[in-house]
This record gives sequence, C-alpha cells and structure tokens, in this order.
Amino acid sequence: MMIGETIRVAFQSIRANKLRAMLTMLGVIIGVAAVITVVAMGTGAQRSVEARINSLGANLIQIQAGQDRFAGVAREGGAPLTTDDADALLREVSSITAVVPEMSRNQQVVSGNQNINVSVVGTTANYPDARNYTITHGAMFTDGDNGSRQRYAVVGSEVPKMLDVPPAAIIGRTITIRAIPFEVIGVLSEKGSQGWQNPDEQILIPLNTARYRVMGTDRLRSIAVTVAEDVPQEQAMVDLERIMRREHKIRPGGVNDFQIRSPREFLATAEETTKTFSALLLSIAGVSLLVGGIGIMNIMLVSVTERTKEIGIRKALGATKIVIMGQFLIEALVLCLTGGALGIVLGWVMSQVVSDKLGWTTEISPTAVMVAFGFSAFVGLFFGLWPARRAAGLDPIQALRYE
Amino acid sequence: MAKDIKTTAERMAMLPADIPRDAVIVTRNLKREYVMGSEVVRALQGVDITIRRNELVAIMGPSGSGKSTLMNMIGCLDTPSEGEYWLNGHRVSELDDDALARIRNKEIGFVFQTFNLLPRATALANVELPMVYAGASGKERRQKAEHALEQVGLGNRMDHRPNELSGGQRQRVAIARALVNNPSIILADEPTGNLDSATSVEIMALFETLHDQGQTIILVTHEPDIAAHAKRQIVLRDGKVESDGSTLVEVSA
Repeated sequence: MMIGETIRVAFQSIRANKLRAMLTMLGVIIGVAAVITVVAMGTGAQRSVEARINSLGANLIQIQAGQDRFAGVAREGGAPLTTDDADALLREVSSITAVVPEMSRNQQVVSGNQNINVSVVGTTANYPDARNYTITHGAMFTDGDNGSRQRYAVVGSEVPKMLDVPPAAIIGRTITIRAIPFEVIGVLSEKGSQGWQNPDEQILIPLNTARYRVMGTDRLRSIAVTVAEDVPQEQAMVDLERIMRREHKIRPGGVNDFQIRSPREFLATAEETTKTFSALLLSIAGVSLLVGGIGIMNIMLVSVTERTKEIGIRKALGATKIVIMGQFLIEALVLCLTGGALGIVLGWVMSQVVSDKLGWTTEISPTAVMVAFGFSAFVGLFFGLWPARRAAGLDPIQALRYE
Repeated sequence: MAKDIKTTAERMAMLPADIPRDAVIVTRNLKREYVMGSEVVRALQGVDITIRRNELVAIMGPSGSGKSTLMNMIGCLDTPSEGEYWLNGHRVSELDDDALARIRNKEIGFVFQTFNLLPRATALANVELPMVYAGASGKERRQKAEHALEQVGLGNRMDHRPNELSGGQRQRVAIARALVNNPSIILADEPTGNLDSATSVEIMALFETLHDQGQTIILVTHEPDIAAHAKRQIVLRDGKVESDGSTLVEVSA
C-alpha cells in the first residue's frame, strides 16, 4: 500500500513540474534513443553485409594472382594464374564442386550507335550458379559453346539500360567487343552495386572465346571455387593452397604468389568494422546517459531543498527514514524510467527515419531495448540515492522551520 | 511497532510507582543543551511535569523560555540531553529516530501555527497522510479521514486543496489530520497565531469540544487569551517551570 502511495506522490510531483521533469529526462531520453538507434543501425548493417555476401555465394573461395617477389621487391605479372591452374584444382582437390575461371578486362562495347566501356569476363558455363545469379532473359552459354569458342554474350542487368535497349529486346542482338561481333543470348539477374564495382555492369563470354579470340592470353584474373557444403572452408583453403603451391613450384618456406580469400573473411572484417563503429557510438551514448544521470541528481537535490518543509511535515506525521528515502528514490526512478521509455520510442522512430531516408537497413534489437531500459533504471537508482539519503537524514525540527 | 506488544495499561504498570496510572506525559528532570559555536545553551534545565488523560493544558512562556524546546521534546521531534520522558507509557527518552517517528505517528496529533498542510494534496489526502504511514488500507483511510473532517465541520470541503480554503478551514483540516490516528495527545503549537480573532475563537471552541469528548490537548502559546481556555497553565522561564496551575483568570469563549 505504501509503495503504491509513494509512486502516486512521485507522479504527482513530476506533473507539478512538467517542463523541469521533461528537461531533466532529456539526457536519459537522448542516451537511450542513441543506444537503440546505434544498435539498430549496427545490427542492420551486419545483416545487410551477411545478405550481400550470401548473394555473392558464401561457399565461394576466390584465388587471385598475387604479387611475385623477386629479391624482396614486388614485381608485377611474375606468376600469373592460368587456365592450367584452374584445371589442376578441379582435378586434384576432391572437396571442390565447381571451378570458375575468370578472365576479365575492360573493353569497348558497341551496339548500334551506343558505345560503352564495361568489364568483359571470359568464364565457364557454371558462372551463374557459383555466383548466385539467375538468367532473367534468354539462356546462359553452354560448355559446348565454350568448347567451340562461340561468340555468345550474356550481359549483366545494367547493360541493356546502358545500351538503351529493353532487356527482353536485347536477346538476339549483335554487339561488338573490340570490333568482334557477339550475339547476346541472355541477361543476368540484378545484384545491386557492391560499392566501387558494379557486378551488373559486365558482359560474360565463353572462356575459350575470350582466350583465343578477344584477349589472346591464358592469364586469369581470378579463379572462383565452390566447395561442398559438408567440407569445412578452412580445410578446403588449405588443400587449394597446397595444390597452387605445387603448380607454381614454390619451395617450402617460399612466399605465395597468389591469394586465397573467402567471403567469410570479408564478413569477419565487416563485422569487426561494425563492432568498432558501434562501440564508439555506444560509448558516446553511455556518456549521454551519464550526463543525464547527473542532471537527474542535480534536479533531485534541488527538489529535496525545495521540499524541505514537506519532508518535515511528513516526518512529523510519522514517516520513517526509509519511507522518505523511498519516496525520493522512486521519484528519480520514475523520471529515469519514463525517460527510458520515451527514449525507446524516440530510438525506434529514429531507426525508421534512418532506414527510410538513408536507405540503411536497421533492426531494433530486443536486447538493446532491455539493456537501455535497465541501464536507465540503474542511473535512476544510482543518481537518486544521494539526494534521497539527504532527504531522509533531515532533522524534522529544522525541516519544519524551513521556509 | 511489531515489538511493542504491550497494552497501554501494561506499559503504565511498569512505570515508577509514584506516577499516576492515568498520566499521559511524564517528564523527570528533563534537560536539553545545545552547542552553538563555543557556547552551550541550556534550553531546558530540569523540567518535571505530569499531564493526565483528558487534561487541557497550556504551556506558556516568553521567547527564550524553553517553550519550543519542551514542545519538540513532548512532540518526540527531539530527545533530551538528560532526564526521562514517558509518553503514554513509552520511555521516549531512549528511542532512535525511526522509533520516534512511529511514536509520533501513533501517539501525537500535531497542530501547527502555519497549518503545515501539503499544498498539492486535497483536504482528504492531507488527513489521510498519517494513516498512510500507519499502514492503513485505502478504504479504512478514506472512512476515518472523512469522519475526522466531518468532526471538524469540513464534510463539504474534502476535495479542496489548501489554497482553496480559508485560514480557519486550513487549521480545521490540520486538526482533523491530528485526530485521525486517534492519538494520546494533541499538541498544538500557537494554533491561532496566524488567524484573526473571530476565527481564533472558533478554533478554540473546537479544541474545547474535543476536550469535552475526552481528548488530551496541550496548547503551546504565548497569548494569555488562548492559554485562558485551559484549566491548567504551565509557565516556563529560563528553562524551568516557573508556575504550574490555574493561576490565570479564565476567559470564556
């Protein structure tokens, strides 16, 4: 019964000083809202990175030509990746399900009176499967097309727009790559920009066509490898490294002249970045909560002084120390928890605004909501304690005489 | 409160034999000293008084006589430096702050010169307050508070806040608040000090009515007119009892 009464009194005194209470709560509101928004942004960023990497193919391991070192000096083009490497990998590593060699170069592409410069990728028929593409119009070229060096092209989803042709109408058209005519036979699904490089602005042609007719080289930019689901990626990477070292005749202790990367590494890096960013913003939010707490302590001390007479009356009428302390603690707690609740609402609104206006993925985390709310309760108790003790310790005679 | 399982009669039986069994207030050689800077102020220098049930007593004296100190002592707001004080059989002189708070809640009804009502609470809520601290249920609180307000003639003003009431009405609310826990004594400190003379007369009449109903009332005042309402006047001077008895001419209300 006394608790209910005390809570009622606390709300009453907050209502009596609405503006002051609001300003006092502002620190806590901003702190809690910041925590929730930041965590929502962090969680959202992580989710979207995960989604992107999955769209690239999470099982995909990429091998790239590295720098060849000669006498400690990095040289370019010392030990290229070749189609032989790709063949060797497919032959020797049992955990591999597919090997996708990629030979790419930016080329001048002409269609009618349109002239664009895009990345032309010579690759094999399994490219769309390995990289999680589907064919939205037409079809992918086949292994047979590759073997017979057909001049077929499958274009990325942006290419028809760049050439000013509807996607459906581009099938069957002839485009020229380095003045060599190609027939467009398919359009890839859209991936969305990956930052500095847009995978939708590329044109796939059969590897052998690229090798013998367009680029005249067996040097690959990269080899993508997909690994069976049940094989640990780390183990597959070790196997790949072993075969690659043998193919490139690297002595034990010698430095690799290639790089093996998995999207999971990117994922880990992205997570690390997100965490650092979140930790930074969370510490700012923490400071805001701390400042909010000090504000609450300040106003509670003012409140105790202002209500000295009231405390005296209550004590004269039989309020014990613990009752007076409870009254002021609950008042601080009500301020903080109300601030916390408003902060949660504000944080939710801010997350929505961020995702609507900036197009960022945000995801409200229930843990963050609970932690923020719990922390504001802690702030209320911690910073309310001293003023409450001060109120409880007042001498009733002095307090009654206070004007 | 829980450890206080004895009845008033049982407690009274444990008091020294020379104390009357119907004594509500007993002080023995009550002394109170304050240290103010380097000086020791002897506010009370050995006060012996006994007040029996259903007495109406006025405590008088000029400022500096120790009147306020004695009132604080009787009101359990302060403890003596030396001597003993029994209130309704409780040996108050050796209680701690929280025990004193409980005694105040149960045994004493305060009426102050400046009313000391909570400004934001209604008359009813103000009167309920002592019962909140006594731990009474909401229903019981409401019933008793309404009854007390009716007793002081404010049955139709229960939902008014102090600033919507006249001075006399505020003091009636304070008296209702003092009555509501059915205390052993009502301790009124200059209860008419902030009231005009007509209202003072009404308030004094109310005290007399309560006295006639069996209430023990102690008036602390420096006004002879007010003190004259009491059958017995205790006059303090320099921290000692100067006179105790029916020495003043009684003025009828």
